[in-house]
Amino acid sequence: MRMKPQTSEKIAKTLIWTAALSVLVVLVAILVYILLKGLPHISWSFLTEIPRSMGREGGIASTIVGTLLVSFVAIIIAVPFGIGTAFYLAEYTRETMVTRFIRFSAESLAAIPSIVYGLFGLSFFVISLHIGLSILAGGLTLAFMILPTIIRTSEEAILAVPQSYRETSFSLGGTKWQTIRKSVLPSAIQGIANGIILSLGRCVAETAAVFLTAGMTLHMATSILAPTRTMAVHFYLLAMEGISMDNAYGTAALLIILVFIINVGANAFVNKAMAKGK
Amino acid sequence: MKIEIQNLNVYYGEKQVIQDLSLQIPRNEILSIIGPANSGVTTLLRSLNRLVDLTPGCRVEGSILLDGESIFDEEVSVTELRRKVGMVFEIPAPLPMSIFDNIAYGPRLKGTKNRQKLMDVAEESLRLAALWDETKDRLKMPAFKLSGGQQQRLCIARVLALRPEVIMLDRSCSGLDPISTAKIEDSLVQLKKQFTVVLAPHNVQQAGRVSDRVAFMLMGKLIEDGKNSEVFSSPKDQRTNDYITGRFG
Amino acid sequence: MRKFKENLSGRIFFILALSSISALALITVFIFIKGVPFIAEVGLFNFLFGSSWAPDHGEYGILPMIAGTFIVTFGAALIGIPIALCCAVFLAEIAPAWLRNLFRPAIQLLAGIPSVVYGFWGLVFIVPFIMNHFGGPGVGILAASIILGIMILPTVISISEVSILALPRQYKEGALALGLTHWQTIRSVILPSAKSGIVAAVILGIGRAVGETMAVIMIVGNAPAMPRSILDPVRTLTTNIGLEMNYASGLHEKALFATGIVLFIIIMILNASAQYFTRKRSF
Repeated sequence: MRMKPQTSEKIAKTLIWTAALSVLVVLVAILVYILLKGLPHISWSFLTEIPRSMGREGGIASTIVGTLLVSFVAIIIAVPFGIGTAFYLAEYTRETMVTRFIRFSAESLAAIPSIVYGLFGLSFFVISLHIGLSILAGGLTLAFMILPTIIRTSEEAILAVPQSYRETSFSLGGTKWQTIRKSVLPSAIQGIANGIILSLGRCVAETAAVFLTAGMTLHMATSILAPTRTMAVHFYLLAMEGISMDNAYGTAALLIILVFIINVGANAFVNKAMAKGK
Repeated sequence: MKIEIQNLNVYYGEKQVIQDLSLQIPRNEILSIIGPANSGVTTLLRSLNRLVDLTPGCRVEGSILLDGESIFDEEVSVTELRRKVGMVFEIPAPLPMSIFDNIAYGPRLKGTKNRQKLMDVAEESLRLAALWDETKDRLKMPAFKLSGGQQQRLCIARVLALRPEVIMLDRSCSGLDPISTAKIEDSLVQLKKQFTVVLAPHNVQQAGRVSDRVAFMLMGKLIEDGKNSEVFSSPKDQRTNDYITGRFG
Repeated sequence: MRKFKENLSGRIFFILALSSISALALITVFIFIKGVPFIAEVGLFNFLFGSSWAPDHGEYGILPMIAGTFIVTFGAALIGIPIALCCAVFLAEIAPAWLRNLFRPAIQLLAGIPSVVYGFWGLVFIVPFIMNHFGGPGVGILAASIILGIMILPTVISISEVSILALPRQYKEGALALGLTHWQTIRSVILPSAKSGIVAAVILGIGRAVGETMAVIMIVGNAPAMPRSILDPVRTLTTNIGLEMNYASGLHEKALFATGIVLFIIIMILNASAQYFTRKRSF
């Protein structure tokens, strides 16, 4: 017997609603669990003190600084190359085998697991280039890791700029460079910024590529050639080695808050871009 | 003659869109180039300011002389040419910035920075485009907030701000209401005192209303051209007659 | 001067692009240079199909890790993909506007949560649950599959949703105008037309699961042995590198690079097929 269309419609929609809501439930479960357990441990001293006895006591100040520095180095290095490459691909070349190959490579390397980047960073930056476990090595490794993403998101943003803006600018006597700087870039900047912010989120959250390249020391970093431990790595070690569950929860809660803020920031950019387009 | 086109051929890849076209465009007149869709009118306009250079795979043969000098010459600066031969597109294309910044865009590219100078240019251009009265109090407003007709007049003002010698309008009134169209047509008649106007009208009636001369194109070829009165009253070619009397296609 | 500037900008962009591409090429070349001699020394067959991984004894067979990766990924796909596809349909077709506006950022947040946090949540939430209800050590294939199933959701959801939203409106309107119910339209018109995009989404989701390291290290048990049940602990290719890279040296280090090559090739194959399907999208 065939099911009546109305019946199958009901069943299907119920299933879909259930699946969708269960995903929300899982997300809320993770967030609430970590935040409930972690927030009580976040205090001023937790944020400002350096970890003592392996992180069992004291705060996580040096790991916060480490996270920010490593991410900062990564962004500073990856952004100019990423955006430059995107502009080159989108504005300066015609579609050829070469550009298709470049795009394919960027696309593929965006999918390479972060542990492979860590492997590369450790033996190339840390060992071959003698940089040693350091903020610089960690930042460079992360820069390589986020480069494909920045290229891709920036190129998408540039290609989304209406062709009429370019034609208008050219028809008003603009050179290529003037057109890009005054007409294309201002319209693409929000999309580009969105990609950068999301890459920043990836840097903050990354663990595998960082602990192999930036090290694990708990000392406050004194220069970018000094090793450091990031929050994500600290959290991993606290939890896995059973050093201090309380501080692990506190660190995790802080990480989630940070990621949340970064996401909200990225969305604000997108919304602003949409408002401007109207 | 302001512009002389001789034996122009334009190809997109394998496809030839303009065939052996020769046409003279006198100064201080409005020339309408009419023809059904895909006749090559837009391509012809885009050849005159070398905007076709931007189209991948586009090839141009023949010569186009502006004031007797070839625009394809090695010596010619394309940006300079495009400032002299301004263009207004079919769809109003304000840039995502204020009204003032839109008009100042071209002069700023040229290097004009003085605010007062830019202001003067903006006022003059907006007056010529019959938009000054409607916008003088809100020059800082985003150009997107203007109506379609106002946006198109803004685009005309933006071209005028460069003090061009030739203004081309590519079906620029096709999406507009009759009142906006009338305003633009009025200002075109004013403009021809100072400029040479090349118009691709969106219909035959517009050509009849505003132009001094008419050229009829079909399938990339120039069928005939001449004074408005002559072409409209006694076309030499049967196809022209069919087109202007609406018996075409 | 202007002409000079003009050429300069083009040249600078070209140099930036060239550096980016060389950087990306460098990774590939470097991983291979470090790993290929090892494979040559030990033998491709011994490496890929050796069933014992004991670097202390000079045994470098990664078959258990390949098996572990495949099983865990398969489990994750089994759990994550149906849910993700439901969510994509939900977002694109069914959800009321207010819920959609809540759901999209939620998915983005899900994508942003650090993988160590997922692993940890699995450790304190999923692992005890498995231990109590199914027995065994708790850590193992099932736990890792569940967590990875959740972790691939954002990738699969967002890419499938985009490919559904990219369909021309007429498809849906035409079907509805023929008197089909909404679900019939979704099933017989929308999903088939968006198929290649959805396939690409699924493949990229699988790639995500193959490449995940930290969350898996925390809950997969990490025993480099062939599993006998889904409750057994296993080790994956990524965790093999993550666990041992810190102290590996000599041949052992090269073996990890060789493991990286295998991972690299798997991801490249997945990615190439995803791109093939993305391009095929035709309507």
